[in-house]
Amino acid sequence: MNTLNLRIESKTERLSYVREFVSDAAKKFGFDDESIGKIALAVDEACTNIIKHAYGFSPQHNIDIKIVTNKEIFEIIIRHQGKLFDPKLVKTPDLKDYIDHPRRGGLGIHLMRLLMDQVEYKILPNNKCEVHLLKKLQVGK
Amino acid sequence: MSNFKIDIREKENINVIDLKGYLDAHTAPELEKIFQNLIEVQKFNIVVNCEELNYISSAGLGVFMAYIEDVRKHNGDIKLSNMSAKVYNVFDLLGFPLLYDIAKDEAEAIKKFISVKK
Repeated sequence: MNTLNLRIESKTERLSYVREFVSDAAKKFGFDDESIGKIALAVDEACTNIIKHAYGFSPQHNIDIKIVTNKEIFEIIIRHQGKLFDPKLVKTPDLKDYIDHPRRGGLGIHLMRLLMDQVEYKILPNNKCEVHLLKKLQVGK
Repeated sequence: MSNFKIDIREKENINVIDLKGYLDAHTAPELEKIFQNLIEVQKFNIVVNCEELNYISSAGLGVFMAYIEDVRKHNGDIKLSNMSAKVYNVFDLLGFPLLYDIAKDEAEAIKKFISVKK
């Protein structure tokens, strides 16, 4: 098992650095360009949601990003201490309704679910919250 | 150093926005301002040329979502062109090719506006 860690400030200007960090790790792990793009976008969406909703754009907080790899599993764990978030409250949007009534917002979590093999939210003691994003490397592809 | 750039120009009375680089939650407000300004001066026929757009997240998609109804209400449109496969895949994943007119290139997008006017 290998791990990599990155701590960023809760600022949108750090998103490009996060994408680079995750893309480099995904490339070294053996993902193709398409999968690397999907993983980087999913992590961007998770961090954007934390900056926006958990921390309300307040820039003095931290977001901890940990990449854990084990055999064919590539997992990104994103931890924050902002406003707790109940993912059960976020329904998968009805895309037909979205198209009939375009509006902004609500697409990030849906995109994460489409891009990754598994998305999980965990609430830990001490008001910590984690988003787990998992993608499997398709061996032989 | 900014990793995003917007240029705006006029071609055959159509407003063309050129996007370059990475459109995410950090850079989306710049695009938002451009749309606000265009709508303020009643410019509702807009082509977004994505030839040099390397990346889009839901924050970028949200800007298009926020203004599409507004411009269509005024008989205008936001047409997208020259998308790379990578950017198109994000639109496609969400089923957005049903919502947006995505043209192969800028000339085709402009032609669609002109043929509607005739």
